[in-house]
Amino acid sequence: MSSIPLAAYLLLALILFCIGLFGALTKRNAVIVLISIELMLNAVNINLVAFAKYSINPGLTGQIFSLFTITVAAAEAAVGLAILIALYRNRQTVNVDEMDSMKR
Amino acid sequence: MLQNSWLIPLFPLLSFVLLLIFRKSKSEGTAWIGVLLTGLSLILSIGVWIAVWQGDGIKVEGTWFEIGERAITMGYEINPLNALMLVIVSLVSFLVHLYSKGYMHGDERFPVFFAYLGLFSFAMLGLVLSPNLLQLYMFWELVGLGSFLLIGFYYFKPEAKAAAKKAFVMTRIGDVGLFIGMVLLFWQVGSFEYDEIFASVRNGDISSGMLTLTALCIFVGAIGKSGQLPLHTWLPDAMEGPTPVSALIHAATMVAAGVYLVAAMYPLFQASETALTVVAIVGGVTAIFAASIGLMQKDIKRVLAYSTVSQLGYMMLALGASGYVAGIFHLTTHAFFKALLFLAAGSVIHAVHTQNIEEMGGLWKKLRLTGPLFLIGALAISGVPLLSGFFSKDEILASTYADGRYGLFWLAVVAAFMTAFYMFRLFFLVFTGKPRGDQSGVHESPSVMTLPMLVLGVLAIVAGYLNTAWFGTFLTDYLAGGPVELAHGDHHGPSWIPIVATAASLLGIGLAYLIYQKGTLSRNWITRSLPGLSNVIYNKWYVDEGYDATFVKGTKGLSKLGVLFDKYIVDGLVAAVVSGVQGLSKVGSSLQNGQVQTYGTFAIFGIVILLLIVALTGGYFT
Repeated sequence: MSSIPLAAYLLLALILFCIGLFGALTKRNAVIVLISIELMLNAVNINLVAFAKYSINPGLTGQIFSLFTITVAAAEAAVGLAILIALYRNRQTVNVDEMDSMKR
Repeated sequence: MLQNSWLIPLFPLLSFVLLLIFRKSKSEGTAWIGVLLTGLSLILSIGVWIAVWQGDGIKVEGTWFEIGERAITMGYEINPLNALMLVIVSLVSFLVHLYSKGYMHGDERFPVFFAYLGLFSFAMLGLVLSPNLLQLYMFWELVGLGSFLLIGFYYFKPEAKAAAKKAFVMTRIGDVGLFIGMVLLFWQVGSFEYDEIFASVRNGDISSGMLTLTALCIFVGAIGKSGQLPLHTWLPDAMEGPTPVSALIHAATMVAAGVYLVAAMYPLFQASETALTVVAIVGGVTAIFAASIGLMQKDIKRVLAYSTVSQLGYMMLALGASGYVAGIFHLTTHAFFKALLFLAAGSVIHAVHTQNIEEMGGLWKKLRLTGPLFLIGALAISGVPLLSGFFSKDEILASTYADGRYGLFWLAVVAAFMTAFYMFRLFFLVFTGKPRGDQSGVHESPSVMTLPMLVLGVLAIVAGYLNTAWFGTFLTDYLAGGPVELAHGDHHGPSWIPIVATAASLLGIGLAYLIYQKGTLSRNWITRSLPGLSNVIYNKWYVDEGYDATFVKGTKGLSKLGVLFDKYIVDGLVAAVVSGVQGLSKVGSSLQNGQVQTYGTFAIFGIVILLLIVALTGGYFT
């Protein structure tokens, strides 16, 4: 197989997660926030797959689990976008800063 | 007779209660209730006195309550000293009741005045009958209350209100001393009973330092009530009350309560040489100090008030100089002639409606009865031979001399000279010369007022023969039956003392005659030759001003400091806590901006911190 160590995968997942987190917390556009969340989910997927391959007893469980995660993420993205469209229709904006109705 | 002596104070109490019920009554017949009931007290008191004179005595007590082993008792006691006081108090009270019927004529609160008189008489008689210090203290305070109510009887006058408050506060300062002394005695002896206190004093159960301390504390109480230096300032101001009140309370009875207290506790004082010396010095200095102020006052009642302070100083001087009998003797004679003087002054005021002697003059012809009676009183207080004041004052001087207090002796002689001078200054200014004010409607007082004055006038002459070197020392023999061991040996100093005393008083009278009657000497020659001193005396030695500058201003300053402390430190602390909490809540609420991203950021930070802790400690908060 290849000689790429486990740490490299984990590092990649970490970087990906941090980028996703940063995007989710700082971006003003709701669509980009959703995309950032996808990035974080994918970082988790990388971890699952990497551990499935490199752990003490390797198996397929992690890979199957990541398939499930992808499915759920797709569903979640669909619901998220639907909410976003509903919101846009009501408020004519996708700017996260203006969505502070939790305070009221 | 003696078994019924507990009824004596109850008659005035009954009068107080009845008159309170009838306080709305417009009828001036209500006065007879008071007169009649105090008359009953008087009859009973005289009966008791006669019984005691024959050598009887009684002490009845019951347990009031118990503290552990110690029983606090209540009851009554008759011994020579308080039997004499009973007669003096009930007699003066009766006469003043009668006199007030005329003096208070037309007053709107006529029955209330008599009710207060009844309350006061009750308290004073109860005080005298008390067989222990605790009971005495309760009546002592009641007496103070009666005095407060009567001084402030004209409560719509601001001066009267202020005077009543002042009297209450100043005597209260003394009462604190008395209370401390009482508690110390209870601590040492375990009883408030006079008998038990005296027994332990005799047995030497109390250390000498403690004896002196308790005696001095009790003396502080006497200073307050008897208007001695330095707590004398309330007594002249108390003259704002109606004149009969001044005669009853501030001449004959309440102010004598201080002297009575010292006399009643005399074995305690005898055991401490220091205490006796303090009593003598305070008395002597007060005598001359108050007499000097009396020289220049312009208000007829204030002159008499300072004279009272001065005479009370004499009594204290006598007691301090081991002249127990002399002190009591002077108390008795003073009660009569000073009450007479006050009632006569009241009669003058009743006639001319002013208290300023500068506006009187030439009243001798108009007040044919009051004038001679006032003259009798003035002669008696000045110590002119053959009148009561001469004998008692002579005895005080003799005992002071015999006690070896020569400085105080000469002080007392000078005070006697001053007394004669200011009394006759008063007499000449009021009764002789030309009228200096409008005297159109002046007429003699009604007989209901002159009758008590006549009785007192007779007593002012004859009371002195109770105890004379010539006819017999009745009073000495009488008081020897009491609990106080009289120092035997002659109190009769050298025979030149009566001559010196007479000379001093005649000199005073003569000087007053020359200045105010003949006009040989200008009225102002002293004022002009010693402007500084006379100014100080005219302003009563600036004692009131001194108290104002130190205690009153001091208290006010302290209270201002307290206000500042409260405002800036206490309130400041509260305000700091409030603004701190408010600031914190503002920070907290600004975090709640409703934006998911902010919440998310904080959640992440939280997790990071938790993870850091786990990473650094290697576990869950171990």
